[in-house]
Amino acid sequence: MSILVSKSTRVITQGITGTSGLFHSQQCRAYAAECQPGVDVFVGGVTPGKGGTTVDGFAVYNSVIEAREKTGANTSMIFVPPPFCADAILEAADAGMDLIVAITEGIPVMDMLRVRRGLEKSKSRLVGPNCPGVITPGVAKIGIMPGYIHKPGSIGIISKSGTLTYEAAWQLGRVGLGQSTAIGIGGDPINGTDYIDLLEMFQNDKGTEGILMIGEIGGNAEQLAAAYIKSHVRKPVAGFIAGQTAPPGKRMGHAGAIISGSGGSAAEKIEALRAVGVIVSDSPGGMGDAMLQAMKK
Amino acid sequence: MKIHEYQAKQLFKAAGVAVPQGIVAKTPDEAAKAFETLGGAIAVVKSQIHAGGRGKGTFKEAPQQRGVVLVKSAAEAAENAKRMLGNTLVTIQTGEEGKQVNTLFVEQGVKIARELYLGVVVDREVGGPVLIMSSEGGMEIEEVAKHSPEKILAEPFDAIAGLYPYQARKMAYALGLDATAVRSAEKFLPQVCRFFVSYDCSMVEINPLIITEDSQLMALDGKVAFDDNALFRHKDVLALRDLSEEDPSEVKAADTGLSYVKLNGNIGCLVNGAGLAMSTMDLIKLHGGEPANFLDVGGGANENQVTEAFRIILADKNVKAVLVNIFGGIMKCDVIVAALLSAYEKVGFNVPLVVRLEGTNVDKAREMLKASGRDIINASDLTDAAQKVVKSLGA
Repeated sequence: MSILVSKSTRVITQGITGTSGLFHSQQCRAYAAECQPGVDVFVGGVTPGKGGTTVDGFAVYNSVIEAREKTGANTSMIFVPPPFCADAILEAADAGMDLIVAITEGIPVMDMLRVRRGLEKSKSRLVGPNCPGVITPGVAKIGIMPGYIHKPGSIGIISKSGTLTYEAAWQLGRVGLGQSTAIGIGGDPINGTDYIDLLEMFQNDKGTEGILMIGEIGGNAEQLAAAYIKSHVRKPVAGFIAGQTAPPGKRMGHAGAIISGSGGSAAEKIEALRAVGVIVSDSPGGMGDAMLQAMKK
Repeated sequence: MKIHEYQAKQLFKAAGVAVPQGIVAKTPDEAAKAFETLGGAIAVVKSQIHAGGRGKGTFKEAPQQRGVVLVKSAAEAAENAKRMLGNTLVTIQTGEEGKQVNTLFVEQGVKIARELYLGVVVDREVGGPVLIMSSEGGMEIEEVAKHSPEKILAEPFDAIAGLYPYQARKMAYALGLDATAVRSAEKFLPQVCRFFVSYDCSMVEINPLIITEDSQLMALDGKVAFDDNALFRHKDVLALRDLSEEDPSEVKAADTGLSYVKLNGNIGCLVNGAGLAMSTMDLIKLHGGEPANFLDVGGGANENQVTEAFRIILADKNVKAVLVNIFGGIMKCDVIVAALLSAYEKVGFNVPLVVRLEGTNVDKAREMLKASGRDIINASDLTDAAQKVVKSLGA
């Protein structure tokens, strides 16, 4: 089983005529074709003004509503540049997409506040922005992760990171643990889906037996997740928090990765998670082992 | 992106947020003239750097000289200016290297009835901007948060609607302001909040925010930082950037599309992805080493970027070994190795280099490294990489 991405997922790409949008749509289409031969999972794209054209076999539409009507898509993968991305997310929500995966990095915080407001009354779930996407191994991937790294299995991954997630999936594979679904929630301070949202889904997913949480400095999402784990999660959880050596006050790549004043340090997050029984690896090299240890408990 | 106090006050003034009168001075002569133009009996000469704690800070070259001084004559203004300009101010926020002062702000003396604290930030948990105020003005807010958290008032407000007058009154009554000051706050506070939103700020801090003897609110200090992601739509703010306040390597890196933060250790790192890059720093530390930097080459690193990354890392004289940690996803390992080998030639390596690669085309990439004949140490996983690079220091 899985969460968010299943055999009924049908995807259009907003920003499909851009270099990244097209390249990754092609990669995702190829992965889906391997997993589900004969099924069209990636069914087109949207670039306002280029509707009616095709690009490498993908039909391009002017709007998400039109794309949805013509293709039956229920998911949008977004590669629109930062100045226009918030607008693209809101358009996808307005068109009634079930799932919106925003890959784009660099959206202004104020724009994301407006997006959050706009999504309040919507049934759409937003993952990201500034994230690698979502993958249900063996079914489909919506994002930029290398498909082959993720073996199908029963571990759910929730991560703020991109390449660190691939490292985690690789380590899990080495100890014989595949994934049900792996989700990158992204490195921005304001995002669409948080740890708690996914912990709840994984707790309720029959196909998920253990959960790996990968966090980093900045904010208190991991601490809030720890409280949620204590009261709601009965499946084994392991974790790793990046940035133990990050200096306070400096943005470490991700917009959200900054230790400010009294909050957001790796040490606090690790302590909060360990206090509720999460097996947290001190080293990024020990994520696979931590998950194995948690599963044995 | 940060700006100087005098720039923040210029922006405040234009946005209708009350500030004292002030004049920029870059020479002792200008400081003297500024005093005269302001026409008061007293003025304040303030060092302009991108850090706080200036009032208590002192200069390396003139240890008796403070970063902010009250002066009573044009001559005094000039004397102090002479000891400040071109010298290094060390404050609790600059670190012991301090920052060079190139600009002064000479401000009219204002009669202060009360000092408050005001800050505006985006709170992730609340999911929106919050106005933070405290009766403990002039103090380090983190100290107040630690010892008297009940003295900190927080009022979340709607980014689109702004701070409502009733919210401003709520704050004002809680702070015990008199009736006139409350009316002043009803204008001042929403204006600051509107400023925060319209300029895409990441932080606005006015410490102290003063109540004058006429019960008017006024920003005696101003710290403003902007959301880097939004600068594309604030060209006027970009023009205020002071590159001399930024680390030149970090600026160079950003211009090349790299994310770089200088640290104090001796093991340089080059990684793709912010989370993996932070983890690599952590990894080095865990194995007894000290990371020299954070560096994220990003998802599409080309030869030019890898070359520049190596140059920046090796320009740091503290670096005695380098660890490259790449997890190739869409980025193929052989592509990165080609860039790496080319950069290696161009830049000229004279310290040990440990490379850990995993991901797409990793076997081909490892072959290429071996075939290159270069003295590059191959690592199989993260733990192996960390152990090898720390060991290489002793070699």
